[in-house]
Amino acid sequence: MAAVDSVLIVGAGHAAGEMAIALRMNGYAGAITLVGEEAHAPYQRPPLSKAFLAGEMPRERLHVKSLATYQNANIEFIPGVRVTSIDRIARTVTLADSRTLGYGKLVLATGGRPRQLSLPDPRINRAPNLHYLRTIDHAEGMRDQFRAGNKLVIIGGGYIGLEVAAVARKKAIDVTLIEALPRVLQRVTAPEVSAFYTQVHEAAGVRIRVNTALTGFEFDAAGSVTAVLAGDGVVIPADVVIVGIGLIPNTELAAEAGLLIDDGIAVDEYGQTSDPDILAIGDCTSHESVYAGRRLRLESVPSALEQARSAAALLVGVRKPYHAVPWFWSDQYDLKLQMVGLNRGYDTAVLRGAPANRNFLAFYLKDGVLLAVDSVSRPQEFMVAKKLVAERLRVDPARLADESRPLKELLPPAPPAS
Amino acid sequence: MPKVTYIEQSGRRYEVEMPGGTTAMQGAVDNMVPGIAGDCGGCCNCATCHTYVDPEWMARTGPANDAERQMLDGVPDVRPGSRLSCQINVTEELDGLTLHIPASQY
Repeated sequence: MAAVDSVLIVGAGHAAGEMAIALRMNGYAGAITLVGEEAHAPYQRPPLSKAFLAGEMPRERLHVKSLATYQNANIEFIPGVRVTSIDRIARTVTLADSRTLGYGKLVLATGGRPRQLSLPDPRINRAPNLHYLRTIDHAEGMRDQFRAGNKLVIIGGGYIGLEVAAVARKKAIDVTLIEALPRVLQRVTAPEVSAFYTQVHEAAGVRIRVNTALTGFEFDAAGSVTAVLAGDGVVIPADVVIVGIGLIPNTELAAEAGLLIDDGIAVDEYGQTSDPDILAIGDCTSHESVYAGRRLRLESVPSALEQARSAAALLVGVRKPYHAVPWFWSDQYDLKLQMVGLNRGYDTAVLRGAPANRNFLAFYLKDGVLLAVDSVSRPQEFMVAKKLVAERLRVDPARLADESRPLKELLPPAPPAS
Repeated sequence: MPKVTYIEQSGRRYEVEMPGGTTAMQGAVDNMVPGIAGDCGGCCNCATCHTYVDPEWMARTGPANDAERQMLDGVPDVRPGSRLSCQINVTEELDGLTLHIPASQY
């Protein structure tokens, strides 16, 4: 591949930052520019619903890498401006401030945005106490209302909703969580795991209402939400509302440029889009997964980083395909939930250990093959589970459940030392 | 500012100064030291910041904490000085700390 004189990265999240630094670490000597819509250099999003929201982590600690790192690596960072269009023929992008920037290779790392409520009431978007949570600005914007004694209503029983509930209870905030589906974490875990997390949150004082659809809000004269209306005429008083109902990938810029979109921006295992001069990485993409045997769009920090590393390698002529098994984590209270693989289509779920002990694993199998594992506060066995899922282990579920026999013994023998 | 020396298996050394209180993982990441990833940002969920504390320093860094020890059980090539560098706070007392970088984090 001929040397590329410049790489322009659109976005400044996890994937973008890793891409820029990985390029330099791989010896890329051309110009690297990051253009971020937010005012901030790449930062850790996971703590936004955990330690940062709790006020236990200063903003500087959120940075993935210090600002000096980018300066020292001669990476130009343009914050606070949106890229509005791509001209694939001229190989330029236009920014919201009308500037035009050229590129040798373009990398789209546009991430995603919170799924918005679909209720038609225009007051919703103006309410100063109704929040989504994806950015530092979102988290800082709700901090003042996130205080002891306030009534918080959380809409959505996914990871964000549950993590926020855990932090709120630690701060003695009154919490009600509503979920439209029959159980929390329904899309990602087995009923036993959902039941466990429901019990943990209820024991901590969270009121959880499942099978409860949001129907509307009540507002005061100033436009603040005063109550959440749900299900069969239930009125839940609220001082603050946090909505966590999923992520929408930011694919519009790519779509308007005519790139192939398939849920996310369609890329191969190197991050290559349908235009040879444009790559895409992170939450905005969908990729053909060897592990899953189908196209996946993930919302995952480890995947964003690995995709960035594959794309950065490609731009210096090294083929290092992204084939990693997806994994995720969610810290709630004192519990460490770590998940590897995707359980879609599983026919058998088996537990190892008892949820009552607050540490256990759930294994998901399909046709006798291990698809995915959830680990609650068993990091040691999670590390083994990651390898077992990557191996697509064929195993008797009873063996997985048998705590008298170490999980490690299921690992294939290590290759002989060279 | 305390200084940490990271040494690759090849013997190549990276000497890095960092503000006191920085984790040894963050110090490596901020200075593009290869072979220390820190994918989870330092919350002890990924075990991609594994290092070996030089024997001379093991008494001063102390042993791995509980959560860390459990994660370390699953990394390649664990040795007596194994620590997750996100769990090592580089205070002034650790000025001069030497950490060895494993051949692989995965």
